[in-house]
Amino acid sequence: MAAAKTRTSTFSRNLSTAPPSHGPGLKCGPNGTVFLSSGIPDLDKILGGGFPLGSLVMVMEDAEAPHHMLLLRNFMAQGLVLGQHLLYSSPARDPRGFLGTLPSPAASKDDKSRERDPDQEKGLRIAWQYKKYFGENQLDGQRDGKHEYSNEFDLRKPLERHFINGPRIDCVSIQDSDLSTLRDRCATFLSQFPRNDGSISCAGRIAIQSFCAPQCAYSNMEWDMLSFIRSLKSMVRSSNSVAIVTFPPSLLSPSFCKRWQHMADTLLSVKAIQDEDKELAQLLTGYQDMVGFLNVHKVARINTQVPVILEATTFSIKLQKRRYLVLECLNQAPVDGSSGTSYGTSGGCSSSSKTGNLDF
Amino acid sequence: MNQRSSNLLDEALGLDQVIEPWPLRGRVVAIEDQVETSGSFVLHHLLKRSLSPNSSNVTIFIAFSQPFSHYDRILRKLGCNLVSQRDNSRFFFFDMLKLQCPDGDEGITPEGGLIALYGKIHKTISALPEISWKNVSIIIDDLSLMEVAANGSSDYVLDFLHYCRTLTSEFDCSLITLNHEDIYSSEDRPTFFIQMEYLADILIKAEPLATGLATDVHGQLTVSNKGRNKVSNFHFKVKENVVECFYPGRS
Repeated sequence: MAAAKTRTSTFSRNLSTAPPSHGPGLKCGPNGTVFLSSGIPDLDKILGGGFPLGSLVMVMEDAEAPHHMLLLRNFMAQGLVLGQHLLYSSPARDPRGFLGTLPSPAASKDDKSRERDPDQEKGLRIAWQYKKYFGENQLDGQRDGKHEYSNEFDLRKPLERHFINGPRIDCVSIQDSDLSTLRDRCATFLSQFPRNDGSISCAGRIAIQSFCAPQCAYSNMEWDMLSFIRSLKSMVRSSNSVAIVTFPPSLLSPSFCKRWQHMADTLLSVKAIQDEDKELAQLLTGYQDMVGFLNVHKVARINTQVPVILEATTFSIKLQKRRYLVLECLNQAPVDGSSGTSYGTSGGCSSSSKTGNLDF
Repeated sequence: MNQRSSNLLDEALGLDQVIEPWPLRGRVVAIEDQVETSGSFVLHHLLKRSLSPNSSNVTIFIAFSQPFSHYDRILRKLGCNLVSQRDNSRFFFFDMLKLQCPDGDEGITPEGGLIALYGKIHKTISALPEISWKNVSIIIDDLSLMEVAANGSSDYVLDFLHYCRTLTSEFDCSLITLNHEDIYSSEDRPTFFIQMEYLADILIKAEPLATGLATDVHGQLTVSNKGRNKVSNFHFKVKENVVECFYPGRS
């Protein structure tokens, strides 16, 4: 603990000299970018810090399971907890109702680490313990730097009402509004966070769920949707905000699906796993805790031309104690080449699945 | 080593021997990439070469995908200051991020959309002194977004590109475009894409490795140079200040 404190003190001093100070929930990244948290500490770590401000994140949904909601909920809840503004839009008739399902941050970190310690002594997974300590040290560091960056969320506890009822939340149903209305709403929302070189006091988050769902009147106007995404991207680029758009790729024609993917700065996809996939259960350790897979296809590279190459692109989504959302690298049992095909089913079109398909 | 290996791309493009007169003059260069492997680094490389201090090239950059600050930061790391080049009138940046062509037939008016853009390009080139006409490069990043800006009317974009191509014969300048190959691979007969490939004198394809992602090799480039009737293929690794190119197995 003490070691962590000394480390952060030097770190924050360097920070204060170079870039201007930022509001809560923001953190400096490389190449002059500023990160905000995705609400899932593990995902932040995978992406190298979080989502950079001004980036468009796209999530390809699984047609059969609502795993993208897990990402959306945490992303939205994280913003609300930090006092950031939020624009949420979904094909439901009453999008505001969804806010009631947002998770609440787990008890404050000190309490939590105290609470958890006995658990951890009982637990058998040593690797997890280390991971947790590491994460907590980092989080503490942020707090010593006077502002919080990210929280861990307890999925079984609803977010307190005063967060949800604030004036900072705007909800749009895309079922009955057309694209130009949605574009105007986004534009007015984003005009609150113009980008200038000074310090960033507040950031905005836009979450659009199931953008091309068939309930929407425009769902067959592919070019109009594409041009909405393009204009959303250019608006977000010139503001201090992050937009996250989830869409079911199966509803789009293949060539448009690719266009959407090219549009994204950060591209993720989620996949559910079948309940009793015995073959997979043999392949992977910790299979029983998994609820699905997350694939990272593209990591935002703003102000740089160097691609981010991750060690792994497929991660398992686990619900730890049925409360906390955790992402983990797949730990595969040593297998022979022939079983590589089952990876193809889990990996979608990521390159990791391509390697899985090779028979050596 | 770096110096030598980065020349592999230049060699394939014919940029290795002389930079003055600009070797790409009168040529159309098409860069194609995929979701997994972005080809924008080739654009940056060509931009850097064309703005190098020992040439008198002029570049017109038509940006549909990124704002100026993004390119500025990247090119600064490559050792080229876009702001000062802009002040010297060697670099013209057209920010088209918010361009939206009007719908339907109204789109085909001289005031709005791509026709106006072409007018702007033409005006910029003709305003230059006559000796630098040969050394103008027009760079478009990227064509798929241009299609979106034109509401999906690829014919309209194709017309625009044909017009730009006439510039290459009229002024002997070069046209460099980026597009995404995988968008069109599922279509039956992607007219737009095929025509663009036909127009191109030099075709550069950036692809991921068949074996997946690696930290040492970011992908492979295939450069087909129709003029020289030569195809070269090599691996690359993108760094902040340089693109390393090498033959397979030589990283």
